[in-house]
Amino acid sequence: MNSGLVMYDEEFRAVTGVCEHLCRDANANVVFLVDKNGQLITSSGRAKGELDTTSLASLTAGNVAAMGGLAKLIGEKEFPTQFHEGERESLHMSIVAGRVVLVVVFDARSSLGLVRLRVKKASEEIGRVLEVVAKRQASTGGQSPFAEITDEDIDNLFSE
Amino acid sequence: MSFINYSSREINCKIVYYGPGLCGKTTNLQYVYAKTNPESKGKMISLATETERTLFFDFLPLALGEIRGFKTRFHLYTVPGQVFYDASRKLILKGVDGVVFVADSQEERVDANLESVENLRGNLAEQGYDLDKLPYVIQYNKRDLPSAIPLAELRRDLNPRGVPDFEAVAPAGKGVFETLKAVAKQVLIELKKGG
Ligand SMILES: Nc1nc2c(ncn2[C@@H]2O[C@H](COP(=O)(O)OP(=O)(O)OP(=O)(O)O)[C@@H](O)[C@H]2O)c(=O)[nH]1
Ligand SMILES: [Mg+2]
Repeated sequence: MNSGLVMYDEEFRAVTGVCEHLCRDANANVVFLVDKNGQLITSSGRAKGELDTTSLASLTAGNVAAMGGLAKLIGEKEFPTQFHEGERESLHMSIVAGRVVLVVVFDARSSLGLVRLRVKKASEEIGRVLEVVAKRQASTGGQSPFAEITDEDIDNLFSE
Repeated sequence: MSFINYSSREINCKIVYYGPGLCGKTTNLQYVYAKTNPESKGKMISLATETERTLFFDFLPLALGEIRGFKTRFHLYTVPGQVFYDASRKLILKGVDGVVFVADSQEERVDANLESVENLRGNLAEQGYDLDKLPYVIQYNKRDLPSAIPLAELRRDLNPRGVPDFEAVAPAGKGVFETLKAVAKQVLIELKKGG
């Protein structure tokens, strides 16, 4: 089985910090980071409480997966960025390090040009954190960070 | 593919319900949704056709409780069962941690079940997964219908390896949570092993 993404406090805080900066610097309403399988990694901006970020994450991943499938059909590797313009709010998605998707929701207070510019810098920073995560995961050689749980713990979850 | 976040102390896992068209995958999720406390579930998303056939996927996020201070969250997905949606099925399988195969017990669906298991095996293999090594449970659904074939026959055809399996009547909830718990448990055991 593929080993999943494991993030420690420091790494999590680093990517969250990048998203917060991006949200501010790009004048965005919401920024969130999703892994390609639809798990929300972190979010900042209006997301807190007001938006259903779990649904957003899953639909983002579905969308990116579908666009990736379309790309392959026409002979492209993937579409690294997507932009959708709404009446009031717009959405910018970009694939970072081949593994996660950075989503920015913005309105007329910002612009596509500004968002693109800030996303580029943020992507590089997130890419660096993900590299650290990948290296650490490779060096712990698939050893579960979760090995300390017992069968009993698992049974207890289902006892009620 | 699971996501473990030590910072927020969360584990997220992905479970996919697979099976032939109209076997009852969406109905399983609808029942789970209907019977779960509001605080343990998120919104259920169904990307479906106008005739309620799954077009891309159904999605239901579920919190099962805590293990050693970690919140365990399961993301349940269904695939579209209709044969021509194969490209979409492949996408949904990406990053899967555990699979539920929902079989249709009716006599006229024997071939459809077999084709769907083969399709599952092939689509997993394309992504480097081996069905025999993945957390996997089987549900024999529609046990209430008169044309349902005997359990022994379904077992012989669909479960040669003897994975956990359950009889079900999904709209009435029979077997639904048993199936979900069995796969969730296997996923957690696999996670502990550090797959
Ligand atoms: N009698 C009976 N009907 C069932 C049972 N499970 C599902 N159904 C019905 O079968 C029909 C199809 O169920 P769905 O859950 O939409 O099937 P699906 O597997 O999601 O189908 P696709 O989305 O096309 O792949 C619905 O009308 C359900 O009410 C069952 O156990 N018994
Ligand atoms: Mg369906």
